[in-house]
Amino acid sequence: MSIVIVGAGQAGLQIAESLRRGGYEGRVLLLGDESFAPYQRPPLSKKYLADDMADERLQFRPVEQLTKQNIEFRPLTTVTAIDRAAGEVVLASGERVAYEGLALTTGTRVRPLPVPGAEHPAVCYLRGLDDAKRLRSQLASAARVLVIGGGFIGLEVAATARHAGKTVTVVETLDRLMARAVAPVVSEYFAELHRGHGVELRFKVALTAIAGNPDGSLTATLSDGSTVDADLLVAGIGVLPNQELAAAAGLECANGIVVDEFARTSDPRIVAAGDCTWHINRRFAAPLRLESVQNAVDQGKIAAQSLLGNAVPYQDLPWFWSDQYDVKLQMVGLSQAHDSLVVRGAPESAAFSVFYFKAGELLGVDSINRPAEHMLARKLMSLGISPSPDAVADTGFDLKTLLPAP
Amino acid sequence: MPKITFIDVDGTKFETNVASGLSVMEGAINAGVPGVLAICGGSCACSTCHAYVDDAWTAVVGGPNDIEDATLDLANERKPSSRLTCQVTVTDAMDGLVIHVAKND
Repeated sequence: MSIVIVGAGQAGLQIAESLRRGGYEGRVLLLGDESFAPYQRPPLSKKYLADDMADERLQFRPVEQLTKQNIEFRPLTTVTAIDRAAGEVVLASGERVAYEGLALTTGTRVRPLPVPGAEHPAVCYLRGLDDAKRLRSQLASAARVLVIGGGFIGLEVAATARHAGKTVTVVETLDRLMARAVAPVVSEYFAELHRGHGVELRFKVALTAIAGNPDGSLTATLSDGSTVDADLLVAGIGVLPNQELAAAAGLECANGIVVDEFARTSDPRIVAAGDCTWHINRRFAAPLRLESVQNAVDQGKIAAQSLLGNAVPYQDLPWFWSDQYDVKLQMVGLSQAHDSLVVRGAPESAAFSVFYFKAGELLGVDSINRPAEHMLARKLMSLGISPSPDAVADTGFDLKTLLPAP
Repeated sequence: MPKITFIDVDGTKFETNVASGLSVMEGAINAGVPGVLAICGGSCACSTCHAYVDDAWTAVVGGPNDIEDATLDLANERKPSSRLTCQVTVTDAMDGLVIHVAKND
């Protein structure tokens, strides 16, 4: 009797611990392909990159806390195949491990730069701790940093590099920052923030080639024909779900491993959770894939319940955050489909929120340096309370009064 | 290293030594206190490391910072002694500190 979890990131650890809290008494094997015990990724682009933060401080738990819960954590363990007929996973070593339940929490990998010269040693990516170690070490000796991609990872790295006194250029193919996630008013605010800190932003141009120089630096050519010289190039152009293992086993995959609202794959003995899933959340009409701590934790709990035989539908509210310089951006809900928005507070004051609506219903809220409003928005949305656009626009109106009396 | 006692929501007691400079939240995580979830890992973004500083220690520990105060605004059962433990840095003066874990969910 054992449950095998493939992938020892936040979702995998959550499933392991939720199984134990749910009373599962069989063997729990948590297989990670990295050398590290399960660790947090969000600090990798922020605090970890900025200072000498010890690796141990990234760990979710000391390994002995896993042992205490009778969770068998195995690092440096790669699963090469799932033999569904036999109910076994096959490890790179050739060892076969039997399962009664299987969880796939394989995460994502970075999208590689599709340009000639991308294998240059001064090109870095950021996804795992190994990436962060390499980036941190190369950042220390770099003077000029070129960031490809004006999304969360690119901008957090840009902020950290600028804070360390580096010359920083950010190249973004679209016409604004974080375009897939936030409204133009938020993009504008962050563009001004980065420019104010001395970052050069280049919009509507793409990287087309990288050439090495004799001194170890590189020259990047952009689509407008211009060039940028840099000692370090950091690419943050998105990630790809690790679904090949699932696909090879015949499990349905789309933009991620397909799971239902109970985190079950097309094989009822196999669940999946976290960044790697193309999943159903009862709050939304269409399936989606999310790259977030919230999804790893909340969907992980649902997946564990399914393995325990309890079908609990996934309906948690998505939330995200990004720290750039001393500015805290917090997001709740999914706002991409909005047809109107209301800005509450003034962007010039460096503290405001954007409320996104569709047909008058609140879809989501982005808060900049307004943590109380973010927490309030989370509470309102989780209770299904949608303030009217007029109420939101009236800064004299206390949105807290919309909460039910305690 | 300062000794900290955590009393979890269900009354279970955890005594642990935490190096000065770490956060109280990290002390709880290292000691395996189940009630301190700390989902965001200490970024002051989620309020799931909420706890009450024992009355005898509130003066030593002090009150919340601005972001923390705002994040705690709607926390479950907030009290004057409420802190987000990720925002409390352990100092030598906290040897003997007692922390009561709040209901985090």
